[in-house]
Amino acid sequence: MKKKLGLLLVLSSVLLLGACGKESGSSSDTIKIGANLELSGAVAAYGDAELQGIKLAVKEINADGGIDGKKIELVSKDNKSDTAEAASVATSLATKDKVSAIVGPATSGAVKASIPAVTRAKVPLVTPSGTDDAVTVDAKNKVQEYIFRTCYQDSFQGITLANYASKELSAKSAIIIGDNSSDYAKGLTKSFKKQFSGKIVDEVNFTSGDKDFQAILTKIKNMDFDVIYLPGYYNEAGLIIKQAREMGITQPILGADGFGDAELIKLADAKNVNDVYYTAHFSTKADATDKTKDFIAAFKKEYNKEPSAFNALGYDSVYLIKKAAEDAKSTEPAKITTALAKVKGFEGVTGTMSIDKDHNPEKAAVVVQLTNGEESKATIVEPK
Amino acid sequence: MKLVNRHTFAWLIVIVISFLAIEGLVSVGILDVFYEMALVQIGINIILGIGLNLIIGVSGQFSLGHAGFMAIGAYSVGIVYLDNPTVTGFFLGVLLGLVLSGVVALLIGIPTLRLKGDYLAIATLGVSEIIRIAITNMKITNGAAGISGIPLFDAIPMRQLVFIFVVIVTIIVVNYVRSSDGRATLSIRENEIAAESMGINTTKYKVMAFVIGAMTASIAGGLYASYFNTIVPTNFNFMKSVDILIIVVFGGIGSFTGTFVAALVLGILNTLLQDVSDLRMIIYSLALIIIMIFKPSGLLGTKEFSFSKLFSKKIKKAKKGGSTDGSVRN
Repeated sequence: MKKKLGLLLVLSSVLLLGACGKESGSSSDTIKIGANLELSGAVAAYGDAELQGIKLAVKEINADGGIDGKKIELVSKDNKSDTAEAASVATSLATKDKVSAIVGPATSGAVKASIPAVTRAKVPLVTPSGTDDAVTVDAKNKVQEYIFRTCYQDSFQGITLANYASKELSAKSAIIIGDNSSDYAKGLTKSFKKQFSGKIVDEVNFTSGDKDFQAILTKIKNMDFDVIYLPGYYNEAGLIIKQAREMGITQPILGADGFGDAELIKLADAKNVNDVYYTAHFSTKADATDKTKDFIAAFKKEYNKEPSAFNALGYDSVYLIKKAAEDAKSTEPAKITTALAKVKGFEGVTGTMSIDKDHNPEKAAVVVQLTNGEESKATIVEPK
Repeated sequence: MKLVNRHTFAWLIVIVISFLAIEGLVSVGILDVFYEMALVQIGINIILGIGLNLIIGVSGQFSLGHAGFMAIGAYSVGIVYLDNPTVTGFFLGVLLGLVLSGVVALLIGIPTLRLKGDYLAIATLGVSEIIRIAITNMKITNGAAGISGIPLFDAIPMRQLVFIFVVIVTIIVVNYVRSSDGRATLSIRENEIAAESMGINTTKYKVMAFVIGAMTASIAGGLYASYFNTIVPTNFNFMKSVDILIIVVFGGIGSFTGTFVAALVLGILNTLLQDVSDLRMIIYSLALIIIMIFKPSGLLGTKEFSFSKLFSKKIKKAKKGGSTDGSVRN
């Protein structure tokens, strides 16, 4: 009996502890913004980083008098890096907390799972880092009315890299080393081919998981070309860079945000990572707008470290919502949604963005140059 | 034996009352969209838990591969239903999932169920990882990006569909356990050598339980795919199997009532704790640890709620001249 009583006591105190965190209802002088983020589980690193950026933005806006005099009330919930949980969190934010807008989730899959929930509740969702093209449009290429993002979509990177190759690197010809097993790489290849003004000399393919690329590299070694376009993730890209450089292939190598991991340099050996360029969402070395410097300083002051792309994108998401709420002169989700779709020339820390008809931000990308494995230069490439 | 006796009739009433209660609460607006979502998730977890409890609790085989079979069901429905968004398409998807998971479980079960204990756990874990990685690399499943935009089953509300499947799965599994095949399966859990020496084909019954369990998981996967519209391979990783295992162990291995209670308690706990984002997993885990310390055999141990027991108890009491009030005891 005693045991049972003890159990009851402990359980009820646990529940009580849980109940303590509950926020009180909204009032007319606040605007509620929800955060549906991966705070635990496999990709908690993304969610945590974005939440830091979001919190900083909210703090700044509130210190500055809020949105049209209304203070932001941030309701942050954890979706455990689980798609079903993301849908559940989106529903609870939209229907129970009655937020005006939702920031997150961070990954494309979780955003897709949240689409029905926010569409039903008619609440806008801004994802900081869901880059899959299919996030904002459905299978029939119809735009998802309530889904927005502050990062550029995958296909845009191919376009940026093609522009960069022909303008900055004056490349007349390119070789594509593609990955035919991933959608990410296929999309990147497609948009690069479409945009690149020079000649595509050859296109060779590997499969993700491959370790030895000697065959394809030997094949291209004696060809005449200016750049290598390598859409893929860091695990294969690192090895390809290493093997290509060791083989004496010295042409510049271009890749997308899949390169953006320290593991790339480890796999390739720093001494081999020269003349490697990739698109990034944000770099502390390039000021995308006038606001970037202030953000970096404020972030360092708050968290005592350099901001990452996820920090910056989370930060921009909140300011984008602020901009839309101000344009709409309302905290109603429906009006904010309409205003979000019309945002033009919004100055964020990752670039100046205008939301296009597919709800993608038209903005500049950062192309980072790696020399001896270090970030040596970052260039802003405007969308054209 | 009559098909409808006092006990089955009592269960029928319980089913109807709980169905009406849910519908009533929804119609007056107490169960809003959010709670309905939690309820559907609980229902799916009950189906998963019951299937795994059949494998672990009844046949005594420790499987860590339940998420793999759930993935088969989810992708079958995802692919077929997306291609043919009608009621027929949905059920064809479910059927395909049942057949596929049944065949896979049979092929895998025959060699692996000769293993025991930890070895079996590792083998089943491997199988579920193989299924997941195969899905990640197949074209028809759209690789790592997964399938999105799967239509919501809308002939009847999803909560009703899940409810119906929970009832069907429970009836099938519980009746299996009470059949002669089920008794044979139970005997393997109690003592495999003794069962074998009594002439029971242990491999056959182990495989049978394993296949039924896998098929129920595929049903749950199908419901999941349609309800959440998006499935990605990482949904069905090792942690998903562990989540299901937690429900079974928490409720009491071998007790189906326990699985129901555990899925409900954990589902409610998870929903209530959503408001404390950072602390949630800590509180959730603490609750698990505390329960396991105080009730190491799970919430209900191996106890099962049954009307026949209840009735016979009442009769006994009435004979003794004790109180005959209808207080529920198990």
